[in-house]
Amino acid sequence: MASKKLSGGGLPVIARFEVRHRNYLAPDGSINRPLPAFASDTNLLTALYRAMLLLRNFDRKAVALQRTGRLGTYAVSLGQEAVSVGVASAMREEDVLLPSYRDNGALIWRGVKLEEILLFWGGDERGNCFSGPVEDFPFCVPVGSQAPHAAGVAYAFKLRKQPRVAVCMFGDGATSKGDVYEAMNFAGVHKLPVVFVATNNQWAISVPLRLQTGCETLAQKAVAAGFIGEQVDGSDVVAMRAAAEDAIAAAREGRGPRFIEAVTYRLGDHTTSDDALRYRSADEVQARWKEEPIARLRNYLVSQKMWSKAEEEQLAAECHERVEAAVECYLATEPRRPETMFDHLYAELPETYAAQRRQLAGEGDA
Amino acid sequence: MPEVTLVEAVNLALARAMEDDPDVVVLGEDVGINGGVFRATVGLQTRFGPERVLDTPLAELLISGLCVGMAAQGMKPVGEIQFMGFLYPCIDQLVNHASRFRNRTQGRLTCPMVLRTPHGAGIRAPEHHSESTEAMLAHIPGLRVVIPSSPERAYGLLLAAIRDPDPVVFLEPTRIYRAAKGEVEDNGEALPLDVAFVLREGRDVTLISWGAMLKETMAAADTLAADGIAAEVIDLATLKPYDEITVLGSIAKTGRCVIVHEATRTGGFGAEIAALIAERALTSLLAPVARVTGYDTVIPMARLEQHMMPSVDRIVTAARKACQFS
Repeated sequence: MASKKLSGGGLPVIARFEVRHRNYLAPDGSINRPLPAFASDTNLLTALYRAMLLLRNFDRKAVALQRTGRLGTYAVSLGQEAVSVGVASAMREEDVLLPSYRDNGALIWRGVKLEEILLFWGGDERGNCFSGPVEDFPFCVPVGSQAPHAAGVAYAFKLRKQPRVAVCMFGDGATSKGDVYEAMNFAGVHKLPVVFVATNNQWAISVPLRLQTGCETLAQKAVAAGFIGEQVDGSDVVAMRAAAEDAIAAAREGRGPRFIEAVTYRLGDHTTSDDALRYRSADEVQARWKEEPIARLRNYLVSQKMWSKAEEEQLAAECHERVEAAVECYLATEPRRPETMFDHLYAELPETYAAQRRQLAGEGDA
Repeated sequence: MPEVTLVEAVNLALARAMEDDPDVVVLGEDVGINGGVFRATVGLQTRFGPERVLDTPLAELLISGLCVGMAAQGMKPVGEIQFMGFLYPCIDQLVNHASRFRNRTQGRLTCPMVLRTPHGAGIRAPEHHSESTEAMLAHIPGLRVVIPSSPERAYGLLLAAIRDPDPVVFLEPTRIYRAAKGEVEDNGEALPLDVAFVLREGRDVTLISWGAMLKETMAAADTLAADGIAAEVIDLATLKPYDEITVLGSIAKTGRCVIVHEATRTGGFGAEIAALIAERALTSLLAPVARVTGYDTVIPMARLEQHMMPSVDRIVTAARKACQFS
């Protein structure tokens, strides 16, 4: 795509690249092009819908808990539910997820309990010892630094000849970091079974995409690493699921890594500590609400008679119940004893730190 | 037993670890066909193949990050960084991931990786090749920092580091890579981590050091012996966590202590040991704890570097002063 701007006079073209964009559902829920095969499976489509709605309910509750002093800083998924749900739904259990801190939807899909996510954001490491696939990575807070881990995990899969895929998720800001490029570059060299998913929600806290990169797309960053980058409508869960399915299948079959740029929009603040009105207009956000993923899928499902008002009401009640039960469980979780902060420092605690542990436990005066 | 150099002992340990455990992977820049810039990995790729002796792209952050990912899968990656001055891109991975992986997942995932790098000055290398910033690493909770000072300890401690279930940074004393020679039996036996080695017993003054500086420290002990001063020499070997018991036991015996390190003084690891002694052994002290260290400057390039590094004379002078303190 960039070649049209950068073409030099009269010199031969030795390489040309293109970036494709994938979308099926229009913002109003109508169809732009024939849907992939899985979309005829009502159970699957409604499961995606249920997961997105649960995530939105969970988000709303988490923010309320934070506002009332019962949860720490929390990163909301509002508006980008289709990305994490779509990607996770295309993974197999034995694949490994390496999420960023905003990928709650993917964790929940993979079996992490809501109360565990609350524990993490509530300041308790036990939240990272979550249910769900035991080899999945915890939330990564330093932006993009999990990308080299994904390459390492994928290298281990390749070395051990395991048909598994590492799926690494990060935001648009992370694509500016060397970590992500270094990992993609290595994955390209060794054709590793890894899929990189960049959630382009247009804003890295207050920095808009146009100040993040001079590229027309983030997807084209894969070109420099030697593999396919695809741009996907990240507010269209059908497109996200389809793109992730293709990329994961290719990786599993030994055809190397893929990069997915999920173009979406963060409708909420960056975190509960952020006020997005400082750097972007309410009008801009309002306009983007028309494209959001949940109403989009609901409109489609309703138009296809795959979803009814009664089901919607029942789902709302179920989500409420599940979230409230998780909150109750979270709030009832006793804090760890202070000295347990030492318990997983090393496989075996060296004596010098064991003395500090005893001091903290009030058992000595190290 | 064959006599080998320190770097050859590193090579022996790597080969032994790879032979014993198919999960051990060696990775880094030029570690394959070239055998590493110091030849620490020579012959390994021929023997174990390019998948297990992996030439990486020129990207240090990547090397450390790959190690974290592989280790989380239960492999035993041993990354090489060519010089300590190029280690800094790895710090993010060491501080934010490797060292706290076990803790932040409450033991669900662990990080049994080793990152090796040459350590220290004295080889007339270009800028950024002579660093000794071990104190920075020793400050990181959850990490192990190990520095051998002889071929025997390089072999035994590296095997221990690779077998250790937690992340280890293994700093190899560049200056004595080839200067230090010794008999090493390639028997696969590890030496204990977290334990200091008493290289020489004495009752008058304790000299504590690690890595290449033990060469000067031992020479200083010889000079002092000629004066009738019996110096006890401790090779700290593991800086994080370090062997407080051996240090305090020696101070209880000698009452005097000189700490020797090549790294700059302020915030150096010598300060940690001095503080420990002040807190826990003040009543044993017969003289102030002394530090003989590099100066608080950027490590000079080749023409001046020897003036920054502690000399035998500086160590002897400090030890005599400690012994004369009344």
